[in-house]
Amino acid sequence: MVRLEGVGLQYRPSGAEVLSGLSFSVPEGGFRWLLGPSGAGKTSLLGLLHLTVRPTAGRLFVLDAEVTNVARRALPALRRRIGMVFQDFRLLPHLAAYDNVALPLRIAGRPEGQIRADVTEMLRWVGLQKNSGSLPAALSGGEQQRVAIARAVVGRPALLLADEPTGNLDDNQAERLMVLLKELNRLGTTVIVATHNDTLIARHPGPALRLDSGRLLTSG
Amino acid sequence: MARNPLRPARFDDLGLRRVLGEGMLPLLVAAMAFLAALAMAGVVGARALAAHWQEGAGSALTVQVPQPGALVDGQSRLDRALGVLHATPGVAEVHALSEGELADLLRPWLGSGAERLSIPLPAVIAVRLAPDAAPPEQLAVRLAAATPGTLTESHDLWVRRLALLSGSLQGCAWLALAMVAGIATAVVAIATRAGLAARREAIEIVHGLGATDGYIAGCFARRATGLATMGGLLGAVAALPVLLALAWLAAPFAGARPWTPDGPGWLGLLGALPAPLWLALPALPLAAAAIGFLTAQGTVRRWLRRLP
Repeated sequence: MVRLEGVGLQYRPSGAEVLSGLSFSVPEGGFRWLLGPSGAGKTSLLGLLHLTVRPTAGRLFVLDAEVTNVARRALPALRRRIGMVFQDFRLLPHLAAYDNVALPLRIAGRPEGQIRADVTEMLRWVGLQKNSGSLPAALSGGEQQRVAIARAVVGRPALLLADEPTGNLDDNQAERLMVLLKELNRLGTTVIVATHNDTLIARHPGPALRLDSGRLLTSG
Repeated sequence: MARNPLRPARFDDLGLRRVLGEGMLPLLVAAMAFLAALAMAGVVGARALAAHWQEGAGSALTVQVPQPGALVDGQSRLDRALGVLHATPGVAEVHALSEGELADLLRPWLGSGAERLSIPLPAVIAVRLAPDAAPPEQLAVRLAAATPGTLTESHDLWVRRLALLSGSLQGCAWLALAMVAGIATAVVAIATRAGLAARREAIEIVHGLGATDGYIAGCFARRATGLATMGGLLGAVAALPVLLALAWLAAPFAGARPWTPDGPGWLGLLGALPAPLWLALPALPLAAAAIGFLTAQGTVRRWLRRLP
């Protein structure tokens, strides 16, 4: 599903390596915590896996396809099979909750009739069916994160990435989010969650990737 | 907030209605369309006037016969010249100017005493050639053979000058048209770049969700095309009365009857506008739409290359 072979990343040719010599794999349907201090490279690693950054060294396989040097035009189709949840939600502020969740399906060219059924079901799953017409600004942080989760999973992604998804949530909301992620994982989605939340990790123990200064300390 | 669950797919997903508003862009494109209409009127007008004048001047000849009354083989030189002209195929009209007409021609130079001149004047014959007539040089040779000393003047020089003037005017008009199209392209490109800057975060989000360059460029292109079409339409509508007024003013020069309020009515004024302009005016919104679409597509796709 995901495999890295000596992957490195530099944002500028003359700059320092943000990630260096990463080698690990995550099987299909696997779950991984991604741990490490701030600046360890967690977000950069998630960017690589989300195909929004290209590695500058090594070989990267995502969804069983080598993407190291794949043509740029081939990436959107792969990205549509990857869900991403951000700490700051990254919802489009001018779109209602319904339309934010519908966005990946519209991008994929799904018919509007199918979109309605899937989005309605997804909003019900995250408990926001009554807020479907609300703009993000009218929702609480927890509600916005649930909209972001719904948007990330509405296309039934094979790989779900989450970057500090509980950073702006209280404990109850964080716990509820983890239940959603675990349920998705149980249904077969590969899930990688970057977090600082030790309480959450203690409640939901699982294999972890530990990064420090762009290097992998432990895997599994 | 009300939501339309059946709204069309990709309906302003990037919120471009707010950043590519209905204010400046359509107005600027309308101004460009207005100027383009004037430039096209220049092209059509210069071509029509030149064609009309060239048609008149190009087919006209003036033949001067010195000593017109002198007899050659029992026939006056004037009659011999007229005989040659009448016998030549392609000569559509032959008119020997009377003494009165000659005096009218000379009066601006010689004053009211032109009729009382004692010097012998040549006979002057105005000739109009049919379009399929042989070159005037052949006719001049035949006339000189029949009545030596006869001068034949074609209006080649004026025709060449008119052609040069018309060509220059049309060239200037085409240049103006190209500049207007270039400025319209720049206006759309600047507006599109402003939209890209304002919606950078939204674009990065949809890019991360798997949107192709075509999808994102299409969002911008649809918006820019709509606004440019609106501007083109406004410009064409605004240009129509101006073009009608110009057509009315130019009608006498083009050999057409000028429109008058007591003539065939206001609809008759519409008929004063040359047919090519009736075709060109509706083409303005289409051209504006094409500029909007292609410029937005190109600008956005170039900008997107910075994303992986």
